Amino acid sequence: MSGSHNAPGGASHGSVKSYVAGLILSIVLTVIPFGVVMSGGFSTSTTVVTILIMAVLQVLVQLVMFMHLDTKSEDGWNFNAIIFAGIILVLIVGGSIWIMHNLMLNMM
Amino acid sequence: MATDTLTNHSAHAPEHEHHDTGAIKVFGFWIYLMSDLIIFGSLFAAYAVLSPNTAGGPTPEEIFELPFVLVETFLLLFSSFTYGMAVLAMNDDRTEQVRNWLVITFLLGAGFVGMEIYEFHNLVVEGFGPDRSAFLSSFFTLVGTHGTHVTFGLIWILVMIFQVSTKGLTDVTRPRIMCLSLFWHFLDIVWICVFTIVYLMGVL
Repeated sequence: MSGSHNAPGGASHGSVKSYVAGLILSIVLTVIPFGVVMSGGFSTSTTVVTILIMAVLQVLVQLVMFMHLDTKSEDGWNFNAIIFAGIILVLIVGGSIWIMHNLMLNMM
Repeated sequence: MATDTLTNHSAHAPEHEHHDTGAIKVFGFWIYLMSDLIIFGSLFAAYAVLSPNTAGGPTPEEIFELPFVLVETFLLLFSSFTYGMAVLAMNDDRTEQVRNWLVITFLLGAGFVGMEIYEFHNLVVEGFGPDRSAFLSSFFTLVGTHGTHVTFGLIWILVMIFQVSTKGLTDVTRPRIMCLSLFWHFLDIVWICVFTIVYLMGVL
């Protein structure tokens, strides 16, 4: 592909095919959780697990097919940065919810 | 530019230098996005902790209109796709098409922001503003921060439409279009989390 050399991002930039595939997958992964919640025919735990899995899948689809994240571009530093950010996120979000939940239980 | 001066001392061929400068800019922007991700993560954590505290005010399921939010979601998703088309057109050096795709992306993004303002306006008019409860404070902060990002993205798109029209696709404008591409796709990814955690899980 001609774009892979002269493109300034240093990463590959995909093709119409990969963007269309990303779009279709994203639509499917949006409509399924929407339908599950609107129908209301499933138990709460099944619904929560389903929509969370769909969300994670859609985030991955868009990271790879729209943002072209891979482990090789910029010698892997793009990937390293997001892994590091992910660890910080787990600490901040998981830690906050854990601490505040404990606090709430102890205040009851 | 400091980076230009630095790379001039190196022994690379001229095109390679431009390629490197552009790549460094886009990589630097990626690092910024990771810090932005932490900001959104903190706001999501605040929302998760505060959203059960409705202080006698409305609960999430009473005020969220899922079909309305689904349309917002699709506007942003399609704008993410049309921006991808702009990047592909840029790789093929089709200046006119880049501009047209950017205009379409802008219109879709503006539709999203318009719908969000309409939603916020309705909530405030009904007395469900950010001052009503901890749930609504954290809701307006999280969704509003995302909306502000999209609004700044729209301004940036306008600037790029102008620059592509006047300067064309150069070594200066190309990295900017790539940075904006990352920014725009990133905002769609954050919206997926908002759609799932705030809206879908809110009405359960």
